[in-house]
Amino acid sequence: MRWRPLLLALGTVALTVALPDLGLGAEDTGGPAPTPTAADYPRIAGVTGRPVVWALAQMHLFLAAFVLAVPMFVVAIELTGVLTGDDRYDRMAHEFMKISMAAYAFTALTGGALALALFVFYPVLMGYLLRVFDGQVLIYALLFILESFFLYLYYYTWNALRYGDRKWIHLSIGVLLNAVGTTLMFVANSWATFMMAPSGVDEVGTPLGSVWAAMQGPLWNPLNLHRFLANIAYGGAIVGAYAAYRFLATDRPEERAHYDWMGYTANFIAILGFLPLPFAGYWLMAEIYAYSQQMGITAMGGVLAWLFIIQAVLIGSILLAANYYLWCGLMRTEGGRRFVPWVKYIAVVLVAGFLVWVTPRTLILTPQEVLAMGGTGHPLLGPLGIMPAKNTAVNLMLLATFLSFQLFRRASRTPTVPWAWIGNCVIAALYLVAAINIVAAGIYGYITPTVYKVGASVPQVVSTLSVIVFVLLIEAFMYRGAVARPIAWGRMSSRSQYALFVLPVAFTWLMALMGYIRSSIRTYWHVYTIMKDRSPDAYIPTIGEVGNYITVITLVFMAVIVFIFWLSQIGETRQAAPAAETGR
Amino acid sequence: MTFLRVTLFSLVVLLAYTLFANILPQVQSNPPAEEEIEPASLDRAGQIAWGERLFEGKGACTLCHKNLGRAPDLLGMDLGEELRSRIADPAYRGAAEGLEEAEAFEVYLRESMLDPSAYVVPGFGKKGTRDRESPMPRADAPPVSLTPAEIDALIAFLQDRAGVEVTVPLPAAETEVAAAEPVTGTAEEGPATTAEEVIDRYACAACHDLLGSGAEVGPPLAGIGTRLDREALRRAILDPDAEIPPGYEPGLMPTDFGEQMRASELELLLDYLAGLEAGEAKP
Ligand code: HEC
Ligand code: HEC
Ligand code: HEM
Repeated sequence: MRWRPLLLALGTVALTVALPDLGLGAEDTGGPAPTPTAADYPRIAGVTGRPVVWALAQMHLFLAAFVLAVPMFVVAIELTGVLTGDDRYDRMAHEFMKISMAAYAFTALTGGALALALFVFYPVLMGYLLRVFDGQVLIYALLFILESFFLYLYYYTWNALRYGDRKWIHLSIGVLLNAVGTTLMFVANSWATFMMAPSGVDEVGTPLGSVWAAMQGPLWNPLNLHRFLANIAYGGAIVGAYAAYRFLATDRPEERAHYDWMGYTANFIAILGFLPLPFAGYWLMAEIYAYSQQMGITAMGGVLAWLFIIQAVLIGSILLAANYYLWCGLMRTEGGRRFVPWVKYIAVVLVAGFLVWVTPRTLILTPQEVLAMGGTGHPLLGPLGIMPAKNTAVNLMLLATFLSFQLFRRASRTPTVPWAWIGNCVIAALYLVAAINIVAAGIYGYITPTVYKVGASVPQVVSTLSVIVFVLLIEAFMYRGAVARPIAWGRMSSRSQYALFVLPVAFTWLMALMGYIRSSIRTYWHVYTIMKDRSPDAYIPTIGEVGNYITVITLVFMAVIVFIFWLSQIGETRQAAPAAETGR
Repeated sequence: MTFLRVTLFSLVVLLAYTLFANILPQVQSNPPAEEEIEPASLDRAGQIAWGERLFEGKGACTLCHKNLGRAPDLLGMDLGEELRSRIADPAYRGAAEGLEEAEAFEVYLRESMLDPSAYVVPGFGKKGTRDRESPMPRADAPPVSLTPAEIDALIAFLQDRAGVEVTVPLPAAETEVAAAEPVTGTAEEGPATTAEEVIDRYACAACHDLLGSGAEVGPPLAGIGTRLDREALRRAILDPDAEIPPGYEPGLMPTDFGEQMRASELELLLDYLAGLEAGEAKP
């Protein structure tokens, strides 16, 4: 694997050398945003810029999301290993890291290719962005070098800094790595949000001189949070598939046990990142509406609205798959079996919630709904206001998923504290009250005048989050000194593992879809209200075309991931010394 | 074997999503066509028809103004009746008060488009502003950036819908040049290299007495360099409605020069205007 650092070095050099240089290529330093003409969009071999940039950007985002997310939970798992003194955690963390390392070179490669494609196909736009973001590219390059440095340091010192104080040094390197990685992502996000909701420039795009102001657009922080969470969920989903594959590919019981456990942990991480995502998503959307009604309506009520139906289907399949996997996991313990009858009720809630969510009626308004809403569509409340039913469904689905988790955790432990039954009653009451509250707020949201509609979704969110927080708290105390029952890791049906493949496939598709939506709601603008897109690609394709293209990108990504898995696996194998050569 | 099965399974899942995307309604949305309109050649019927096209197309008005409760359903409601009651509303403080009906409608409609918050239809205001701020974007500002002639056409269309006489002027020959979108042909030429060329290309002389045109739609620019410094001039061109010299109407001078001009052209123009002395309108 000696070529990996080499590739990396090449990528680094390409990025650091290319970006500032291309930056110098931008001729004017002040004045309004340029107006590109049709001639400013080169066509290469008959191909226009959009398909190329779209595919490369998406590939880069997939890989980057994965590469940035894995070290986050790896550090958390490593820390768990230190705190519990259980070596298995450390081994698993190291193995996660190994997969992510193989992906790093590809991330740099696609990043370089993306930058190149952008400058080739969109010279005027990129010239302008460089003018706005000025020296920031240098910071980006610097961050990228730091990221590489810490990543390799973290990975290759794993065994050298294994115990005692040295372990803490290693953990600190991990924290630094994540700090740099997160900053890197936030910086990259600012380019995307600037194009959606420009800030730090006047109304014709003349930079006001502060890069910081240009970064701090109204959508920056919502996007930062949403991507941060989504990346964690995504990273978990992918390593889950790795574990599932290794699980299926082996017959050796101890390997099965190891990969079963790894798959469980990965699924846990994916769901953990996933649960708060809808709330972050609503925040992002609310900020979009606050910035421009027109943009918000284009997304949620115009041609793009149907894409959110697909989003609901994808999210629904993610939730169903994750729950199904947890239910199968109940069979790993004796204690789990007694919870099996519960499963059907959870399943009913999930499926019903899913159906409510995909019902298009809630997005494309009928006149009756307008009436039900009090006749007026309050613009900011519009997207949220027409969603009481959806909000109710999502919150109930999240509660159901959390319940699945809780059941699984309970299956392996029996509390010994005398007040356990009180604790159980309190927890049951919490669920009950939360469910009633969520449904009631949903109904209230339907009948109430518009102004209170958004208010109605707040108690719902609060209910869901408080159940999660309080139940975790109560259980932390309740299960002190609990009798642990053995979990038969590895005792999982093969079928259950397929759920772990649904997750990454759905997530990958979902990311590509949402990235597309984010990009498309600018309609025919490069930089919204400031710089028009005059390329032949400035139209919004049909949903079918979009879906087909996303599928193609997803397929390529899957191929890359399989290759990466293969690489990280082949690193473990060792060819047997040839036996016949001894006669010489 | 495992590998094949897993791959096959993932492909099936992927295909299911793809299929779903393909059975939903398929619409392609194109950027608004830049209409090759000869405004000068339009008669009243043509102007009204142009307004209707703008309402659905470039103006993107139907995004909000349809029967979804996002904004008053201008085409669905009894427009004449509604407008009458708006202007009669004691809360209305705009310029349409006390005018004769057709004219009042014109003023009210123009106000609605150029200064949406002047009067906000109750219940439609931005959240938390208690109907003091309208969520409607200004029709002459990006992203829509309608020209004055286009705004007139929209008013003509809506006045017609409201069943009153259309009072807006027909697009006159002199506004024509200014109103026409940057015809793609012009935009594709390289940047202008002299101030005269810039003035020519963006038809400043159609409204201002420049290069001996004698036009009087906008204020004379002779000696402007002594009244406004470079920055004020820049603002006057990029955001003309920010400050209105006494005796002139806002909303006439196009607001999208910043979008159309190259930076170098703007600089040339500023050099020229700053150096323009009183009585020296022609170089
Ligand atoms: C982002 C949504 C949005 C868009 C786009 C929009 N409007 Fe509006 N418009 C509104 C809202 C909301 C109101 C009601 C509040 C107010 O009075 O400003 C309104 C009010 C009006 C009114 C006054 C209506 C009345 O009943 O008194 C007129 C006229 C109007 N708009 C015309 C237009 C035209 C013409 C366009 C296209 C160039 C347009 N609007 C685009 C949201 C929009
Ligand atoms: C459609 C007619 C029209 C066109 C075309 C037009 N203007 Fe104007 N201009 C006006 C009107 C009306 C005013 C006064 C109201 C205002 O400031 O918006 C004005 C104001 C100005 C002012 C401020 C004058 C002052 O005394 O404060 C300047 C400077 C100016 N225009 C420059 C230009 C330049 C340069 C161009 C060409 C790029 C141009 N205008 C094109 C109509 C026009
Ligand atoms: C369970 C709920 C949700 C999940 C699982 C989810 C998942 C995701 C994922 C995986 C991404 C890609 C992130 C990245 O590229 O790093 C994303 C982006 C996005 N999401 Fe969500 N999301 C959810 C809810 C929402 C909601 C409710 C909205 C708004 C209505 C929303 C709006 C967006 C937008 C606009 C993007 C584009 C950001 C970008 O990639 O540039 N999301 N989401």
